[in-house]
Amino acid sequence: MNFKTFIKKYTMVIALIVVFIFFSFLTGGKLVKAQNISNLLLQNAYVLIMACGMLLCILTGGNVDLSVGSTLCLSAALAAKMLNIGQPPIVAILVSMVVAAVIGIWQGYLIGYIHIPPFICTLAGMFLFRGLARVVLSSKTISIQNDSYLNLFTSYITIPGLDDPTNNKCTSALVIGIIVAVILTIATLTNRISQAKRGYDVGSAAGAIFKLAIIDVLIIAYSFKLSQYKGVPVMLIWILIVVLIFAFVTSSTVFGRYFYAVGGNEKATKLSGIDPRKVYFWAYFLMSFLAGLSGLLMGARIGSVDGNMGNSFEMDAIASCFIGGASAYGGSGTVPGIMIGALLLGVINQGMSIYGLPDQWQYVVKGAVLLAAVVFDVVSNHKTGKS
Amino acid sequence: MADLILEMKNITKLYPGVKALDDVNLQVERGEIHALVGENGAGKSTLMKVLSGTIPHGEYTGQIIYNGEECEFNAIHDSEKKGIVIIHQELALIPELTIAENMFLGNERKNGFGKINWSETFKQADVQMKRVGLKEKPTVMIKDIGTGKQQLVEIAKALSKNVKLLILDEPTSSLNEEDSKMLLDMLLDFKKEGLTSIIITHKLNEVAYCADKITVLRDGSTIETMENPDHNIDEERIIKGMVGRELSNRYPSREHNVQNEVLFECKDWTVYHPVYTEKCMDDKISFHVNRGEIVGFSGLQGAGRTELAMSLFGKSYGSHITGQEFIKGQEVHLKNENDAIAHGLAYVTEDRKVNGLVLDDTIARNTTMAKMSKIANNGIINVMEENKAAEDYVKAMKTKTPSIHQNVGNLSGGNQQKVLLSKWMFAEPDVLFLDEPTRGIDVGAKYEIYCIMNDMVSQGKAVVMISSELPELLGMCDRIYVMNEGRMVGEFSAAEATQEKIMSSILSSDKKAN
Repeated sequence: MNFKTFIKKYTMVIALIVVFIFFSFLTGGKLVKAQNISNLLLQNAYVLIMACGMLLCILTGGNVDLSVGSTLCLSAALAAKMLNIGQPPIVAILVSMVVAAVIGIWQGYLIGYIHIPPFICTLAGMFLFRGLARVVLSSKTISIQNDSYLNLFTSYITIPGLDDPTNNKCTSALVIGIIVAVILTIATLTNRISQAKRGYDVGSAAGAIFKLAIIDVLIIAYSFKLSQYKGVPVMLIWILIVVLIFAFVTSSTVFGRYFYAVGGNEKATKLSGIDPRKVYFWAYFLMSFLAGLSGLLMGARIGSVDGNMGNSFEMDAIASCFIGGASAYGGSGTVPGIMIGALLLGVINQGMSIYGLPDQWQYVVKGAVLLAAVVFDVVSNHKTGKS
Repeated sequence: MADLILEMKNITKLYPGVKALDDVNLQVERGEIHALVGENGAGKSTLMKVLSGTIPHGEYTGQIIYNGEECEFNAIHDSEKKGIVIIHQELALIPELTIAENMFLGNERKNGFGKINWSETFKQADVQMKRVGLKEKPTVMIKDIGTGKQQLVEIAKALSKNVKLLILDEPTSSLNEEDSKMLLDMLLDFKKEGLTSIIITHKLNEVAYCADKITVLRDGSTIETMENPDHNIDEERIIKGMVGRELSNRYPSREHNVQNEVLFECKDWTVYHPVYTEKCMDDKISFHVNRGEIVGFSGLQGAGRTELAMSLFGKSYGSHITGQEFIKGQEVHLKNENDAIAHGLAYVTEDRKVNGLVLDDTIARNTTMAKMSKIANNGIINVMEENKAAEDYVKAMKTKTPSIHQNVGNLSGGNQQKVLLSKWMFAEPDVLFLDEPTRGIDVGAKYEIYCIMNDMVSQGKAVVMISSELPELLGMCDRIYVMNEGRMVGEFSAAEATQEKIMSSILSSDKKAN
């Protein structure tokens, strides 16, 4: 790999690093404080999770789901309402997720089997579910006070004896981080060795080890930061479960491959024995399901739900995908890529907030970053496409 | 001294890592038809891109001298102003606009305020359409006329731009023989009126028929320019120049070992148009193909051959489908494409770009697309296994590519076709429907595709080949069916089939129908 292809492949990672360093200096180091590092992911949990679903929709041909902000609000509202009338958390969660799944089936069916254009179908959904959420809330704010529900999403892992949260010394986080890094290293290396044994081409060893080392260092550094502030948040585990499942499905399964195929050439996909209707259905079903889950997380994190919750969240998810390299025409984009996109957006948001940039300018910056990312992507692809 | 309308001198064009054109020279005399031939990737299209300004001045080296003056074109617009018009293989017409609107697109007849002068537009459209023999009204939408007529609209459009030098890139690749001949005769007529044309084509019989001079390109260099004053040049002579060797046999020989077992059969298969459901596309078609047999389907465009193959392939075309379908003697009712693949059928489309391949995806991923279960365990793809399978097929098919991770869209037409065939071979079918398997690819690649077909039948598969090129069917098939306007009108064994017999069975069925 020469320098040019390296830059092209890791453009957004480099951008993320540059932006991170930039804001670290701009905020006088406040950005790298343990509390802010810990909050960075938690505040963006909904983006990270919903971007996974949005990627599937975008893969099918640049289609988006505009209704997810409203679905998120409806799910959070239902959970809050259920808890408020004294139902146990399990009922609240089930009701919310079932409703989110029904929304997914409804939109997936309309888009996949009735061929309603996704933009219009989900635009209608955006109004519909926002309205329904407000009906559930009776246009009021409902606060969530059920502790076991809140703990399920917002607590931190503490191991008595190892951790001392009051003094911000949670060694368990560091221990967990090191264990994860070790497992990752062993798994990667054994996988590589077994593949090499079976005669497959595995690429250069130096590059792979270098990449692995960087990831290990990042994991340990991150867990070290977490250990200085309350430890490993449970919400991080929720995020990781979703992101890892979707990363695996899109990169390594036949089911995941279908989304790329349909976005790349729907007619050829159909003639290859894959039913595009099912693919559309699943994209929108899973998207709504994840929006429902995000609603549960958001409700717990904020501690209350109002009728405006999740406003324009669909745009954050969409922007993350496009900044993260998903093609606006469908057929390409990866989960790790859009995670970088989401984090880049998150770092910019948090950096600007800490720095104290007025809200109106934050919008301007976000818009400019999105545009720049997509322009760069189109221009650089266009150039290499020609050769 | 000949009167040259165009002279391209020492044209060299570099792409990163590839020399697409290497010191190419081309001389075109005023009022001649000049054919440009060469294998895929020889540089014909690139050379025309340089001439038309698609590749702007500065991105290549060399001189273009047109009408005695040196030209530096920076965009298509520049070359069109001088009367150089290029018509691409993929027609650039907008289906939802009328013939007249398309003809004057970007060149509208309008008044000073930008309002389109419709009466003038239609009047001028009429004039040009008469010249190309189009009897349609200029207000007819492009989507409502056939490909052959769309090609004529493109030419009328070129004429409306006051064309002096007309470049046609594969103008007959999607036309049947009758329409092709009409088009070429028209070019010969225009030649009498003084129009100069450059024609790029793979069909050597057409080159011999209409070209006055033939320039051969190979691997980005000019090999030679042949004279063809009597329009009877030997095709083998051209092929020799193109491939750099004598292709003694255009069709590989094979042992005909048709076995007695009928692998696939259909009876009274009737298909109606998917949208205009009263229109019958295939009317009670019955045919069979044995193990080890190559069966050809001949016919003009609109004969219903593609529709027949696609409807048999899991009802991927048509409505109100009736009839019986048998695989290995068992009647089957295929619900969808997936079902068809599971039963051992494969349909290799005539339109590889639109219906066959995911152009923005790699060779490896395209290869396994029709049967991913083969490289997956419980739905989890084994990428290493996939890469190995793709490597094997690249080797077996002699696909020319730097890597299996190359996007299919970057390959030449012949190599794309090989990937498409790989994809369907990977699905391990018993019966392959090949729809125009050699369309738009050069003689060398064609020969390789024929070899692959022979391999398939020697492995005990059955091949159904739809083709509009009669010599190809005669050269390859054990048996040939002839269809016309949705009906089966003839069946010939390889021994008795001739071009004349096939054409006459089509023509006589036309008479009967009338």
